[in-house]
Amino acid sequence: MIENIKSFLGSFFVTGDPMIYGADASIALATIGIVFYLTYFKKWKWLWDEWLTTVDHKKIGIMYIIAAILMLFRGGVDALLMRAQLIIPNNTFLTSQHYNEIFTTHGTIMIFFMAMPFIFGLMNIAIPLQIGARDVAFPFLNAVSFWLFFLAAMLFNISFVIGGSPDAGWTSYAPLAGLKLDPGVGENYYLVALQISGIGTLATGVNFLVTIFKMRAPGMTLFKMPMFTWSTLVTSIIIIFAFPVLTIALALMSIDRLFGAHFFTIEAGGSPMMWANLFWIWGHPEVYIVLIPVLGIFSEVISTFAHKTLFGYKAMVWSMIAISVLSFTTWLHHFFTMGNTAWVNSFFSVSTMIIAIPTGVKIFNWLFTLNKGRIEFTTAMLWALAFIPNFTIGGITGVMLSLAPADYQYHNSYFLIAHFHNVLIAGTVFGVFAGLHYWWPKMFGHVLNERLGKWAFWVFMISYNICFLPMYFIGLMGMTRRMYTFPSGLGWEPLNLVITLGAFGMGVGFLIMVWMIVYSAKYGKRDTTGDPWNGRTLEWATSSPAPEYNFAHIPQVETVDAFAHMKEKGTAGNIYKAPFQAIHMPNDTGIPFILSVFFFIAGFGLVFEWYWMAIPGTIGIIVSMIVRSFKDHEDHHHIPAEEVEQTERAAGRLS
Amino acid sequence: MKKFAMKLIGSCSLLLLFLTGCTNRIAVLNPQGPVARQQYHLIIWSVILTAFIFAVVLIIFIYVLVKFGRKNNHAGYDPNNHGNTKLEITWTLIPVVICILLAVPTIKTLFALEGPPKPTEGLSKKEPITINVTSADWKWIFRYPKDGIQTVNYVVIPEDTPVKFNLFADSAMNSFWVPELGGQQYTMPDMPMKLWLQADHVGDYLGRSANFSGRGFAGMQFHVLSKTDADYKAWIQTIKDTKPALTMSTYEDLLKPSNVKTMAFSSYPKELDDKDKKAMKKMKHMEHMDIPENHLDLNSKDNDMGGMDMSNDSMKGGK
Repeated sequence: MIENIKSFLGSFFVTGDPMIYGADASIALATIGIVFYLTYFKKWKWLWDEWLTTVDHKKIGIMYIIAAILMLFRGGVDALLMRAQLIIPNNTFLTSQHYNEIFTTHGTIMIFFMAMPFIFGLMNIAIPLQIGARDVAFPFLNAVSFWLFFLAAMLFNISFVIGGSPDAGWTSYAPLAGLKLDPGVGENYYLVALQISGIGTLATGVNFLVTIFKMRAPGMTLFKMPMFTWSTLVTSIIIIFAFPVLTIALALMSIDRLFGAHFFTIEAGGSPMMWANLFWIWGHPEVYIVLIPVLGIFSEVISTFAHKTLFGYKAMVWSMIAISVLSFTTWLHHFFTMGNTAWVNSFFSVSTMIIAIPTGVKIFNWLFTLNKGRIEFTTAMLWALAFIPNFTIGGITGVMLSLAPADYQYHNSYFLIAHFHNVLIAGTVFGVFAGLHYWWPKMFGHVLNERLGKWAFWVFMISYNICFLPMYFIGLMGMTRRMYTFPSGLGWEPLNLVITLGAFGMGVGFLIMVWMIVYSAKYGKRDTTGDPWNGRTLEWATSSPAPEYNFAHIPQVETVDAFAHMKEKGTAGNIYKAPFQAIHMPNDTGIPFILSVFFFIAGFGLVFEWYWMAIPGTIGIIVSMIVRSFKDHEDHHHIPAEEVEQTERAAGRLS
Repeated sequence: MKKFAMKLIGSCSLLLLFLTGCTNRIAVLNPQGPVARQQYHLIIWSVILTAFIFAVVLIIFIYVLVKFGRKNNHAGYDPNNHGNTKLEITWTLIPVVICILLAVPTIKTLFALEGPPKPTEGLSKKEPITINVTSADWKWIFRYPKDGIQTVNYVVIPEDTPVKFNLFADSAMNSFWVPELGGQQYTMPDMPMKLWLQADHVGDYLGRSANFSGRGFAGMQFHVLSKTDADYKAWIQTIKDTKPALTMSTYEDLLKPSNVKTMAFSSYPKELDDKDKKAMKKMKHMEHMDIPENHLDLNSKDNDMGGMDMSNDSMKGGK
């Protein structure tokens, strides 16, 4: 009996590596610390009332961003561990298995649990405010999306101390990720966690599509929407078309692994290449899901800090739409080297190259937005400006990669790694950092410290180039991705050393940024006006942080840059002019959180194939949904006019 | 502003390094055969065109920052400057032209790489040779169907002769890449493929797997030795005379997950030849199809995939 328990615990917990024990200890300590803090300061009720049950888009946005920053830390530590292993040839810091798990979780976490939630967080903060709405179209669903993402991220993250992490790469190619070559629970974590968070993502796509279509302020026609709203609309449509493909692919592979089917194994007529196709039919649009929203953020930031209207608004919109359509026609360029005919590769080479045209149009439009402007070098603007040259490097190497015969030489080498980090960091990461600085006052009522922000910017941006530019060359030297170690004597040593130094420099940049956030919370300049940047769009028309109901009166929109226009005309004050009326708002509810906890339980059961756990979890999910369907009539309340007046007075908006 | 200038100088010097010297250690920029050379020419052509774009972006970028970034100087400030149709058409059309300039050589090269490389000028055309390549966990197995020998983790080819590598995979997918001789192709368990390569001269070229295949992946490195015709023939004779024959049980042991040193065998069992041939038939069939995805049907009709099935039992110790 005791032996059985021992052997169970030995396989349940990951054992044998001092780093893992360190992680176990720190997780336990952090958990105890949090529980102690909440109990000692009697914060449990506050946590439940203010955060776990909220349906307010602004609070959900903040939770998304906190979770994303935590995941950025986790994914970043993975990256630093990998680079520490590759600092010298034949290093033994990590074993092959450990390294394989780390690059898998690095990629998966950065894409699914960092980039997307960070972007969703900023969308949640900004979109309802930008379009003059009180919340998203489906506030309940919005909370469900967040909690599904969050608990899926937690499920994925515990894999490294319980059961073992996935180790077949974030692309999880069959047959390597199949049961035969990869027994154990690691790949199950990947499949189940992504499936759960994918449901949340799809719901987010639907939610923002409906929000933007149905809830815009009167007068805001589609071509008067702010650019970030446009980019979110386009992204929502991509999500709705792309994510079901991932859902199906993950479901098929889960059925393979859990129930012994053979969709992707050859023995019974399955095809590994079908996984590659399905994965990238979702995967390529996914790249644009994390890119297009930040193109919107850059448009907002550049136009605000150049103190100018956006150059070529319509061209910007149409090029985004063109990119979104083209993004569905290029998936095969991820496997030019899988024996396609020359005709097939020709088609996908050309379709990939074509994406450069609308992207180029956007770059030139930003440059000409700066032209004839009055450029103000705030930290948000620095991130946006750095995006232009750095992203262009990623863009032109993307064009180089699109040439299929040349890709035969780049494929899966560090050249590719350099390329996609160049677009994903200079694009997505710079973009969410710009957005974070830009909307921070709207989220918390104070401005982030500019001096520390600029330090973080320069350290991070320069280190990023030191890290990734040499990767192009080491790739051309023949170093392939996912090698846990490399031999000496090939001339790879100096570049690998430089790359590692750059990676640690980025780590320092991140730490400065964290310090900046902590420092600004205490000493940051308070934003009493609601409009710290002399903004152009409606989110700056309300106070900072925005009240629960966002706008005391729904604004009337006449032009693009609606708020700039109001300020010019002197009508900006109409938004908070007495008399007030009662405002209809959604109620807080604990169901999204409880529902997601059941998803977590069911998911954990599926990972270990413990059906005694998975089945009750699933029943819990269904019961939560039934309970919710009977509560439909009591899901809203009215904020009385007096309370609105009080809130506005407290924000200093009424004289 | 100075920091931007520093950055500019930094990236330009990197580009110079890229375009000029220092290429003998950069395998892709040091092509040693006609396949790699065609790809090299395409790479250089794309670098020139995209560098042009990058330069234009960078020049405008620095210009607007210097001109409109200075504090307290609002000369030329025009907050309502919202578009310029002529300019916008120009910067749409220039990328279109560049795409055409890139697409035409891309498609030409793609079709050229389908067949054996053309003989180098001034040399007589030589008969191509065929080598069957199987990737296993985690080693490369080379069989010479004409001469009946097998090597592991190294392969010898005659110089200046087109070599057709037929690619198979046992267990996971890998990618067969010899950067100095030419770009890669995957080895896939459900889909045999081919890759033409050729070496100009005698030499030792390093190859490796480019697609992650598990714990021993980093060790999936092999050497391609190019020899003169006479040396090549002598080498085959030496292998036949001095190396042991491969038995089926040794072969099955070889397929088990491990990293191994180089090996050579004077002969291999006939079953392996049959398997390679059977898989090859499938490839011939596939070459006549327009839509490559159709291989899905092929597998469901006939899922005895030759060299792939026997690994099933030996894989149990995989992890």
